[in-house]
Amino acid sequence: MVRFLIKRLLAGVLTLTAVSVVSFLMFFALPRDPVSAMCPKNCNEERLERVREELGLRDPKHEQYLNYVKGIFVGRDLGSAQGGHCDAPCLGYSYVNSESVLDIFSRVLPVTLSIVIPAAIIWLLLGVGLGMVSALRKGTLLDRMAVSFSLTGASLQLYFVGAVLQLVFVYQLKILPVPGYTSLFENPLKWAGGLVLAWWALAFLFSAIYTRLSRAQMLETLSEDFIRTARAKGLPRSRVYGRHALRAAATPMVTIAGLDVGSALGGTVITETTFGLQGLGRTAVEAVRLGDLSTIMAMVLVSALFIVVANIVVDLLYALIDPRVKLG
Amino acid sequence: MSLSAESASLAGAEATAAPPGDGEPGPVKEFVGRSPGELAWARLRRDRTAMVSGATLLVFFAVALAAPLIEKLYGIGPYEQFQQKLDGFGNPLGYAGGISREHWFGLEPGLGRDLFIRLIYGLRTSLLIAFAAAIITSALGILLGILAGYLGGWVDAVIGWFTDFALALPFLIFALAVVPTMTLRFYGPRDAVPDSFKVTVIIAIFAAFGWTSTARLVRGQVVSLREREFVEAARASGARLGHIMFRQLLPNIWAPILVSFSLAVPSYVTGEAALSFLGVGITDPTPDFGVMIFDSIKYLQTDPAYLFFPGVAIFVVVFAFNLFGDSLRDALDPRSSR
Repeated sequence: MVRFLIKRLLAGVLTLTAVSVVSFLMFFALPRDPVSAMCPKNCNEERLERVREELGLRDPKHEQYLNYVKGIFVGRDLGSAQGGHCDAPCLGYSYVNSESVLDIFSRVLPVTLSIVIPAAIIWLLLGVGLGMVSALRKGTLLDRMAVSFSLTGASLQLYFVGAVLQLVFVYQLKILPVPGYTSLFENPLKWAGGLVLAWWALAFLFSAIYTRLSRAQMLETLSEDFIRTARAKGLPRSRVYGRHALRAAATPMVTIAGLDVGSALGGTVITETTFGLQGLGRTAVEAVRLGDLSTIMAMVLVSALFIVVANIVVDLLYALIDPRVKLG
Repeated sequence: MSLSAESASLAGAEATAAPPGDGEPGPVKEFVGRSPGELAWARLRRDRTAMVSGATLLVFFAVALAAPLIEKLYGIGPYEQFQQKLDGFGNPLGYAGGISREHWFGLEPGLGRDLFIRLIYGLRTSLLIAFAAAIITSALGILLGILAGYLGGWVDAVIGWFTDFALALPFLIFALAVVPTMTLRFYGPRDAVPDSFKVTVIIAIFAAFGWTSTARLVRGQVVSLREREFVEAARASGARLGHIMFRQLLPNIWAPILVSFSLAVPSYVTGEAALSFLGVGITDPTPDFGVMIFDSIKYLQTDPAYLFFPGVAIFVVVFAFNLFGDSLRDALDPRSSR
């Protein structure tokens, strides 16, 4: 167990290092001059020079990279124009927004979390629930409806569903406010009201996969010997289906759920753009549009971190859920 | 479509070896040899969903291919503007976004271009990108998957690690960052960027990220085939690596590859639309689903019909592909039930 964890962590660190090197080379080492993009409007040559100096763009590439990494772990001194000393974890300074990248993160991360976590709860419950019900009632009208629901969801586009939901609930029926973010701790009702459309749009599309998968898995599991044994022992149906079957059917869903949540946390770019919410994804899009390299770099790294962590968590959950899985 | 060279020839031999019956009267029971490919085709033919979705797809292909012809018959080009048919706010006159006999799907608010012909050309762009991306990623995935699965050892480890790496890169953000950088590398900030370049960049990005799933799939299949007798026989008779990979192993794994290909195409249709929606794929004057939907959000309150047509069009395309892919899976692998 511990050995497995160490092995996975090492592989994760290796992957993250590679991601950081690749994105660093991609964004900082390309012939495009990053400074002119970072410098606000009407920059003169003198100011450009100063920015170049401060960013350390005159140093060799590998030194720049090492400085960046050093900043993340122990902090580093940025020039006075970049807010002076930058404590670990230092992700750099955004010239476009005139604030440190870490500050930007602490502002937009709660938005993305507020979108993804409730949406994930809805889509898991909805998807797995529908899949189980339709597996237990195979061939009935309910089953056929669940199957077509999931096929429709899998073929729909978030920007389309999101726009239709907004049109109906916000502009036509006028029962929901225009989507927006309010802090949960400030006003929970307003928080939910502004995000509920985003949750359901995401949940509708994402749950489709889980419906199909849990239905197929349940059907397969229900034909296994241990289910027959459990039934023969006289255990109640609810216990056999809810405990024995679901547990065995859950493993592949855990994989997909982990990856989905991991990549969704890295920024639900399209959801945020569709609903006009300022989370990680939309910030990344804007950073790209404005050429804000330090922010893009940090976004890529953080998203990759979420995915890598999600992968490790999935493997650990595997062992917890399925007693047949041995870590090693 | 022979799924397995081995069993196909076996079935053929069975058919010819069927005994004519030694002078015995009565009907001679004849064996009809059918290859797995023929069996799958027969199953597909019986599946109504497959036939309907397949026919729908064929219509889409025909429409996409014949776009210039349709333009001629329809009489309106994708860039023609009909400003005189818009009101003072730029919204189309008439009902439901200006649907009329001349403009079947109405007009675009703002510029007043015809939606029907733009959708036809948008379909062309979409399918071109999706098919090119699916073919390239499948080819890459097959090659790397077979190599990893058959050779094992450090080759497997390296390819596996690259797969993990490609999966860890946040696709959309990375694509968002790469496209403008690439474009700037080849064209100045004020140059007009030709469509062919944008299309190439999008396909290249899909290729760089998309091979992983096929590679994983193929690797898994190859690992289970590697120790089979026919591979060993080929190895023993001194077959080279290329022969074993493409002549012995590949013919046995076409079925899952075909299924994953047919499900990859719609995912690239939506992926391309998503990139264009975010403004890094195809850009405005060129007709494209994603661009149209992005543009339509501005007019959501005044002209919802503008959202409706491209949204429904992309849904129908993807839905037909998904249905067909599912049926194909059922036909090729009778054990898996939906």
